[in-house]
Amino acid sequence: MIGDWIDIGPTTQISPGNARTLPVQGGEEIAIFHTLDNQFYALVNKCPHKHGPLSQGIVHGNVVTCPLHSWNISLKTGEALGDDKGCVPTIPIREDAGRLYLKRDALVSAKAPEAMA
Amino acid sequence: MNAPNLVKIPEGDLRERLVVVGNGMAGCRAVEEILARDANRFAITIFGAEPRVNYNRIMLSPVLAGEKQFDDIVINTAEWYVENDITLVSGDPVVAIDRAAQTVTSASGRIEAYDRLLIATGSEPFIIPVPGKDLSGVVSFRDLDDVDKMLAAAANGGHAVVIGGGLLGLEAAHGLSLRGMDVTVLHLMPTLMERQLDEAAGWLLKSELERRGQTILTGADTAEILGKDGKVVGVKLKDGREIPASIVVMAVGIRPSTALARQAGLDVERGIMVDDHMVTSDPAVMAVGECVQHRGICYGLVAPLWEMCRSLADAAVSAPSGYTGSVTSTKLKVSGIDLFSAGDFSGGADCEDIVMRDAARGVYKRVIVKENKLIGAVLYGDTADGSWYFDLLKREEDVSDIREALIFGQAFAQGGGALADPNAAVAALSDDAEVCGCNGVTKGTVVSTIKGGACSLDAVRSQCKASASCGSCTGLVESLLKLTLGDDVKSGPKTLCKCTSFSHDDVRRLIVEKELKAIPQVMQELTWKTPDGCASCRPALNYYLLCAWPGEYVDDQQSRFVNERMHANIQKDGTYSVVPRMWGGVTTPNELRAIADAADKYQARLVKVTGGQRIDLFGIKKEDLPAIWGDLNAAGMVSGHAYGKSLRTVKTCVGSEWCRFGTQDSTGLGIKTEQMTWGSWMPHKFKIAVSGCPRNCAEATIKDFGVICVDSGYELHVGGNGGIHVRATDLLSKVTTEQEALDVCAAFIQLYREQAWYLERTAPWIERVGLDYVKAQLFDDPEAVAKLAERFHYSQQFMQDDPWARRAAGEDAELHQHLAEFRPFPTMQLKEAAE
Repeated sequence: MIGDWIDIGPTTQISPGNARTLPVQGGEEIAIFHTLDNQFYALVNKCPHKHGPLSQGIVHGNVVTCPLHSWNISLKTGEALGDDKGCVPTIPIREDAGRLYLKRDALVSAKAPEAMA
Repeated sequence: MNAPNLVKIPEGDLRERLVVVGNGMAGCRAVEEILARDANRFAITIFGAEPRVNYNRIMLSPVLAGEKQFDDIVINTAEWYVENDITLVSGDPVVAIDRAAQTVTSASGRIEAYDRLLIATGSEPFIIPVPGKDLSGVVSFRDLDDVDKMLAAAANGGHAVVIGGGLLGLEAAHGLSLRGMDVTVLHLMPTLMERQLDEAAGWLLKSELERRGQTILTGADTAEILGKDGKVVGVKLKDGREIPASIVVMAVGIRPSTALARQAGLDVERGIMVDDHMVTSDPAVMAVGECVQHRGICYGLVAPLWEMCRSLADAAVSAPSGYTGSVTSTKLKVSGIDLFSAGDFSGGADCEDIVMRDAARGVYKRVIVKENKLIGAVLYGDTADGSWYFDLLKREEDVSDIREALIFGQAFAQGGGALADPNAAVAALSDDAEVCGCNGVTKGTVVSTIKGGACSLDAVRSQCKASASCGSCTGLVESLLKLTLGDDVKSGPKTLCKCTSFSHDDVRRLIVEKELKAIPQVMQELTWKTPDGCASCRPALNYYLLCAWPGEYVDDQQSRFVNERMHANIQKDGTYSVVPRMWGGVTTPNELRAIADAADKYQARLVKVTGGQRIDLFGIKKEDLPAIWGDLNAAGMVSGHAYGKSLRTVKTCVGSEWCRFGTQDSTGLGIKTEQMTWGSWMPHKFKIAVSGCPRNCAEATIKDFGVICVDSGYELHVGGNGGIHVRATDLLSKVTTEQEALDVCAAFIQLYREQAWYLERTAPWIERVGLDYVKAQLFDDPEAVAKLAERFHYSQQFMQDDPWARRAAGEDAELHQHLAEFRPFPTMQLKEAAE
């Protein structure tokens, strides 16, 4: 089991309603969200639209609103909501004994789609 | 009552020997389940660490609260052990297991052989590793001894601190409070019971506990427990606050008690690993209760224990049934507080939230439906339907037929086909049924108002006052509109957002009238349709509260757009631009040198002069922001708020001091104006300019507030905009002195702050309400300007606090730092995570 999941530290590092970032050397920066309902999600930190940093958006329910053009992205699926189309990769995350773990292979291989024109 | 009954196994007893480690709820229930299936299968010995019979641990809260006595919570009396031929070894914990020899050894040295062993060691409280944790007077809340210690402390009165605002902590706090202690609850997270409750319900709970006299500190991180002569005297928080306490209850959580199993070489992760039949990695050893980990989950509630015990007994004695995990629900055992939560309430794109709030009764209900099944529920204030929801949830029943009426509860949803439609239920109400409790309006009155021509919610509100006050009957009025008019219902005024049926004006008015002082409170009292709002209403509410309660309301960072949270402007590549304030557009060689140095040091990719007469540094990384601000602060500069819905700049020309056409000191007045207004949050961005003569070099007539200096004084202009829709200002008034100009400026800004809608610039605001209205508000009452200006200045004393300086000093550092960095190749290094 150890090795499949990467320990990224205690859950208390991210206050509810906020996100923190985890750069991956040679890969995409990951945004880890903590919702007001106390759930944790991890996504590539790039809006499928124009690569806006989702970690800086307003979190409501389990949706984040991108800070650049207000696209709403589902934290669960990475899909753009409403009339917008696009999807950003999500990384499996789990919480165990007050610590957060990300799936290693997904973390390394996650790749954001090209930004839209 | 605690004398162990040592029943000797008769000579020639052929029964298998079952040894149970743990005389708690799980261990004893497992034994009961086994006995029920086959009373003669095992010769049973139970070891317990506590020197007493088995009692109901979850009822310790009522014992602490004085609602029950110990005898009331005993599950199995000494007679039960005798009657069932069970050997109870109490007050003598098992300290070792020898799996090869199949024996256990107790603390007193007693050795007992087993054929089957059952480990039911439960869990132990998690003690946060802070200095002072071992002081006398620091207790957990796990067994009767802890309760006795709390009762002893309560007998002397004084202050108690409970660390942990979860289920257990709040029950401890409630008990101590009832026992007359002055209780403070410290909770690390922003909302209480965050594992079981959403923000809305957590807020309701907090307000109720505060009303009962407890002090609830959320976001409170304990630094150390203070002691004197080995005894606890208080708790110190990381932010420096100290809270006195003669007893500290540590209730931050529990963890499975696994030391014994680990020592015995059984497979242990977080808990003792068991299969679906509660058998550990050793087939002769079973485990049950809070000490186990089943399919990756450790349970801390009682219901799963019962289910585990059934499966254990089935497998050990009769036909294996297999335990597949439990869906759990929570109720708080604090008298007078009704609270229930179950399942998954994290929501999601494919989930539907159904929210009902009744502000008058303090009720919040939320159910979550996914693919026609109920998957979660949070109830506060009215939990009568909790068990029904829980049942629907566990049975995964299809709820599509009762979907519309689900939130109204079982009686309503199952009241027959006709009533399952809320409109039908409203239609069934009699004409004299009261619809609006605040204004005493009956259904008949509402219907006749609608028939009399009120075709929208707003019209009904203004004509008969139904739902015009607290708004909790809005849904009923909307149903009546639909029933009476069908599709001819006109939509009302623009609502603040889709989360509410109230307009901006209503929300602003009600915040003041009802003295609403927190976002979750507004959402509850004004019956928000979503659990925690959206990206439109959260920032608006945050501003409205900030404006209504200066110095009192604590800004909610999570409700701010990125620029205001980061105090810089986000650019398309995710970097930021930084603009220091230049008062009236005036700078000095020293400031310019500091800006140049900062541009070099933080590798600004572009340095640009802005339209607001200051300098913008582009391409600054979020990690570097506190440092660059620190450098700019050191040179005497503060945040320019170029990122905020706030005062941006005061643009000036050089005026009478240098210009041959200048009539007044426009630069000086501009600087004074900027010093008066900087830092104030507004509905939208706000720009000011002061021109020294009618040639208007500072372009004052396209600003939100513009001053044109003339020989005889100052012309004051408002509502200009140079954006997409260019709008020249309207002349507001003419004054003769600088002070009058400043006073009118402050008054106008305050009027705009108090009355405009969030994200409405002054230009559309004035077009909406009319210039005459603005003039009337400012000048009809000769005192109006002074009163508005006074409110503005009062608010400013809290706003004029440079956010850069606080960040540079380390506040909210986590906003600027990565969590860690992950380097998959060749070596992994986690900076902060590795601890």
